This record gives sequence, structure tokens and C-alpha cells, in this order.
Amino acid sequence: MSSTSKRMRALVATGAIGTTMALVLAGCGARAGDDTAGAGSSAAASCVDTSGDTVKLGFLNSLTGGMAISEKTVSNVLHMATDEINADGGILGKKIEYVQEDGATDWPTFAEKTEKLLTQDCVAAIFGGWTSSSRKAVKPVVEKFNGLFFYPVQYEGLESSPNIYYTGATTNQQIIPAMDFLAAKGVKTLFLAGSDYVFPRTANAIIKLYAANLGIKIVGEEYVPLDKDDWTSQVAKIAAAKPDFIFNTINGSSNVGFIKAYYDAGLTPAKTPIISVSIAEEEAPAMGHEVTGHYASWNYFQSLKTDTNPEFIKNWKAYPNSSGVTSDPMEAAYISLYLYKALVEAAGSFDVNAVNAAAKSKTITFDAPEGKVTLDGENHHISKPGHIGRINADNQFDIVWASDKFIEPDPYLEGYDWFPADIRKQLTDAAG
Amino acid sequence: MTKPRTTGLKPWISLSGIGVFAVLLLAVAPLVLTDHWLNNLGKYCCWAIAAVGIGLAWGRGGMLVMGQGVFFALGAYSMAMHLTLETAGDRIPGFMVLYDPLAPLPMFWEPFRSAGFTLLAIVLLPVVVAGALGYALFKRRVKGAYFAILTQALAVALAVLISSTIRETGGDTGLSDFKYFFGFVLNDPANRQMVYLIAAALLIVCLLAVWQFYRSRFGELLVATRDAEERVRFLGYDPANIKLVAFIVSALMASIGGALFVPIVGIITPAEIGAAASIFMIAGVALGGRASLFGPALGAMAVGWGQSSLGSTWPDGWTYVLGLLFIVVILFLPNGLSSLPARLAAARRKPDVPPTPAIAAAELEEARS
Repeated sequence: MSSTSKRMRALVATGAIGTTMALVLAGCGARAGDDTAGAGSSAAASCVDTSGDTVKLGFLNSLTGGMAISEKTVSNVLHMATDEINADGGILGKKIEYVQEDGATDWPTFAEKTEKLLTQDCVAAIFGGWTSSSRKAVKPVVEKFNGLFFYPVQYEGLESSPNIYYTGATTNQQIIPAMDFLAAKGVKTLFLAGSDYVFPRTANAIIKLYAANLGIKIVGEEYVPLDKDDWTSQVAKIAAAKPDFIFNTINGSSNVGFIKAYYDAGLTPAKTPIISVSIAEEEAPAMGHEVTGHYASWNYFQSLKTDTNPEFIKNWKAYPNSSGVTSDPMEAAYISLYLYKALVEAAGSFDVNAVNAAAKSKTITFDAPEGKVTLDGENHHISKPGHIGRINADNQFDIVWASDKFIEPDPYLEGYDWFPADIRKQLTDAAG
Repeated sequence: MTKPRTTGLKPWISLSGIGVFAVLLLAVAPLVLTDHWLNNLGKYCCWAIAAVGIGLAWGRGGMLVMGQGVFFALGAYSMAMHLTLETAGDRIPGFMVLYDPLAPLPMFWEPFRSAGFTLLAIVLLPVVVAGALGYALFKRRVKGAYFAILTQALAVALAVLISSTIRETGGDTGLSDFKYFFGFVLNDPANRQMVYLIAAALLIVCLLAVWQFYRSRFGELLVATRDAEERVRFLGYDPANIKLVAFIVSALMASIGGALFVPIVGIITPAEIGAAASIFMIAGVALGGRASLFGPALGAMAVGWGQSSLGSTWPDGWTYVLGLLFIVVILFLPNGLSSLPARLAAARRKPDVPPTPAIAAAELEEARS
């Protein structure tokens, strides 16, 4: 056969593809500006089926990858809460049937699995996530399909979504109490050390604004990527700056490298204590070093004396595969499932819009291990007590400071006049 | 001229194969798959487009490109910056406000407001970068493990650079939350199907392109360069130029795959372009058969599918399955799963002949025909 005819055939084939593409483009859907399909409102009809005697829920946690060590605990406590609720008759009389998905510490996987849970498994709500990056990957997807996502970890605030409920602390329930505690202690100089991603960067931006207001001087600020463990050169800068306190927003196993470099540099909790927002009962023993004498700011500690905490600790210790200690993020995850139950029962329906309406019109509360929390139906966060704990020799926390009452959630820091109004406006505008 | 019967497919069979593949992807898949799986298939198509390029550079050209994530990133981030700006409108993108509320939009973002510039960048950036890099490396006769390590290091470096420039690139969190795609509302199922069809159609175009390459004089030279670079040089050709063309084409394909990955998956992060992601792209190619026409694309799609479905039902075990499969293929089927029929046929005829030369002969035969 001649080469010309072969070329022709290739051309014809390419032409056919081109024509197909043209047809594809001609037959497509809404364009920007169309009223019928404004961004976010074009969600397909929900496929959730609650006509039987069960309700399907999705749990989305990283069971593999770098965050698995933390998120497996969240997944496990969600299973425990499921067992408790099912033993107690379920939600609106329907037993929970869960679909567990692995986010694999990969943000696009979180987005993909969210879509799968909502459109293939048709779950009524999704629980999980840990890093802010995972939440930011899930957010557009739950908004697109008008689903529900319950996020259980303290975070940097400055966010709200009709499709997300936040059961961890926002900044005014963790970061700001920590700063108040430091100011009360007479701290004059502070060094900021964090992982290089959205939570530490944003938290430190807020800390700097508030520190200026409190008269605390920031003497340095260092970041190391989430997956890197070598803090030697950064800690050398801390040792040279001689701050009164170190504010630690490092997340995950990078903390181990940080603590090692800290002691190697000759720093001690007596002279340069650390206050952390990501080291809890679970992490403290894993630091590979004595961390007694350092501080952490959380809402829940295992050592809290509340009516419900002893039973929570007892049940958790008895639960299969449990880590044996309770901590703030897993307690917040435990709250999230019960909060959902309370919301659905107040709404009398699993429908997302009905649940959101109930959140706004009714007072939703839950007797959590950290105390009786109340949902703010407008911003979808919950009230929380502020606590500062000091690590003791048993890697438990002695509570050294507590807020005088539960702190109402204020994700956009509207009640704090040191937070510039123009920045708040830019942020809310950008959030759209 | 009469040709001896070889184990390679005749060109018209390959072409019909592409035709069948096109019908399956463009007509059958949209009819039988749910929106979710169609979207996933679109994602696999993006990896497959990059894989077709790897097949060209590695399978036929012998260049172990371990850093295709770099070119995947050029396309993906070009597209993501444009979609981010399209979503933000006149405002500064939300994530930038978060880290430094008052600073302006970084300079290098500005041109990506233009749709035309973005499309041009997706095509030209990888060509320029791969051209400069390839020229420098191939003219200095850098090859083998040195070339592989160098490309891999680039992917690592780029991922670290993106992670550490959080305000400029979104850092580790990446870029996401795109509302529009060149004026189309991305949430509309019809538009999502359109994006899928574009990805599937471009995969077919890439397959046609390499089909044509492999049959051309260039394809013959490329295989010859892979197997006996010095001889090609003595015959008066410059192997550097031959390899450069293949490297540039493979970079272009990776960039196109990356660009379409963004509207389909809705997020791009450094993890999708770094060392692990680059190796992941290679894994599919090796499994499928790096030197064959369909092997790289089908291998990449199979690995992608495995990640979605097996990774769901068996999160802890899936990576072991992939690793085991990889070892088995490397040990027993060095030319990938697509060489299985040829090997079986060869084994039936002449049990003693090792299969590798037969495959190489088949490739040359295919190129010559």
C-alpha cells in the first residue's frame, strides 16, 4: 500500500476526532452567567434513600499515608459512636450503616471519595478529614452536591459553608485563649514555629495581629514542610532569639524532629517552654523524648472532670483497636456523630436543607465529654470551653488554665476589634 | 514486497484498535457509566495521555523519564491558575488573601487571566522547558540512570518549590474550588461530560500521533537509537536530535494530561506531580508494556482504576498488590502485559528463543511497514 493512502487514513481519523469534539462542544451545558445553573446551585437531586430501616453515613479518613496515625483514631471513634447510637435505637429509629473510605493523605483523593460517597453510595452525611487541606478539597464537592460534611479538628477559622459543620475549635476557642494565657503569664517575646501549610500560616497571621495588640513581641517565625523532620537550623535560630515562649503549630510527625532539635540545642521547658496546638495525649508519648513541662491549648483533655468524661474514657479503653487514651480531635469526632443525630431528630428528617433549617431555628445541644456544647446554627460551629494543659510525667495534661465560660464560636473574629475589618471583608468576599 | 510474519500487529489492526478504543471511550462509556465513574475515567484518560508520551520516550526512545510530573505540573498549574482567576473574577484569589491580605496578585499570575495565553502556555511551556533541558542533556550524551535521576530530581525540586510558596501557588493545599471552565459552569453535569469527552478525544489523538510516529522513519530511527545509539551516530544521524524530539513530544503530552486533570479532578496539589506521582505514571506504563502502542495508555488506566476501586475496598493492601504485580511483570514479562500474547505465540513456535529480540524486531518491522 502506498504511504500517501496511509497518511490520508490518519488524516481522516484525526478529522473524525475533530468533528466529534466540535459536536461535544456544541452539546454542552450552562455557561457562566446563566441563571438556571449558578455555581453551587446546580446540584443534582439527592439519591439518599432513608425509606428502609437504616441510614447510610460515610466516614472519610486517611487510613494510609502520613496522616493515618492520627486519622485512624478518628475513624475508630466514629465506629464506636456508631455502635453506641445503634445500640440505643439509631437515628430517628434507623440504624446507622456506614461506608468507610480512605482519604490516603492525598487531597484529590479526598475530593474523589467525597463525590463517590455522595453520588455512588448515597450517604446522608460524611464525617472525617483532619488537615485543613483535606477539608478545603472536600468543601467544593459537598457544596456542589449539597451534601453534609462534619469536620472534627481544630482549624484556622475564617471559613463557613452551609454544607460543613465544624466540631473542632476555631481560632477564638484555641489560639486566642492560648495567647490570653501567655499574656497573663507575662510573656514578652514569642517565637512561632509551624508546618508549612494553610493552618499554621493562617494561625500565625492571626497570632501576629493579636500579639501586637497584647504587647507581645514576635521574635521569629519559621516553617518546615509537613513531611520534613529536620528542624536543626530553625531551632538554632530559636536558641539565638531566646524567646520567653515558643508557639508551636507544627502538625504530625514533624513534631518529633522539632522536639529532638529543641533538646539537642540545649533548650529546656524551664527557660523556653513550648505551647502547642497539635500535641495531645495521643502524640505526647510518641515524641521520643521527655516532653514534661510543656503546654498545649485544647478544649478537651482526658484529665477533664465532667459528668460524661469518665464513661467516655472507659468505653474508649474497652473499644477494640483503641489507643487507650482520649484526646481532643477524637472527642470532637465523637461529638460530630451525636450532633448529627441531634440535628436530624430536631429536623425530623435526613434532608440536608431540613437539617440546616433546624440548626438555625432550634437550639441543638449535646452533653459531650468536654461539657454541654451548643451549636451555632448560623456559622455551624459549636461552643467550647478553652483549656490550657501542662504535660505531666504520665504524658497526661494538668489543667493550668480554663476559660470562665464556654466560648462562643467566632470563625471570622467579628467580636475582636484588633482583627482588621478590611481583611475580614476581603476574606468573606473571596469566600464568595 | 513480502514481509515475514512477525509478532507485531499490522498497522491496520492497530488503527482499528484505536477506532474501537475511540468508540468505547467516546460513545459507549458516556452511555453506560454514572457521572462519578465517567469523571474517574476522565482522570485515568489524563494519566493515560501522559503515559502515551512516556511510552514514546521510554519504550521506544529508551529514555527513562522519571520526572514527567514536571511537565504534568506545567499544564496543570497553567490551567489551575486560569480557572482560579476565572472563578475569582476581579478579586484576588481567596487563598492568597488568607496568607497576606494586602499584597497584590503575583506578577506571573497576571497573563493567565487570558484564556488564549493559558492554552498557549499549556502547549509551549513544556516544549520550551523540555527542549532546553533535553538539548543540554542529550548533546552532552547524558543517558541511562543519570538521565533518570536528573529528571526525578527535577520533579522533587518542583514539588518542594510549590509546597514552599504557599501564597503564590497554594502550597501543599494546592489549587481547587474552580467554578468555571472557559466560560462554562463546571458544576453542570453536561459540562463535566464535555470535559471528559475532550480528555478522551485527546487521548485518541495522542494514540493516533504515536501510531503515526511509530510507523514513520522517525519511529525507526528512535528504536534504532534506543538499541544502538553509536551505530546510529556512525550512520550520520545525530541521536541527540532524535531523542530531543521524542522527549519534547512526551513532555507536551504530559502537559496536556495535566491541564485536563485540573477541571476533571477539581484540585491540583504538589503530591500529584512529585516523585511518587511521577513513578506512579511510570508504573502503569511498565505494567501495560512500555514499547507497545496501547500498553502505556491501558496500563495507566488500569492502575488508576485499581487505585480508585481496590484502594476503596482494601486501602492497606492495594499498594502491595500493585507492588507485587510490578515485580511479577518485571521478572517474567519485561515488555509488559501487552507482550503476553506475543510471548505465548513465540513460546509455541520456538520455545528456546528469548522473547525480547522478537519484540524489538516486531517494533522495527512495524516501523518499517
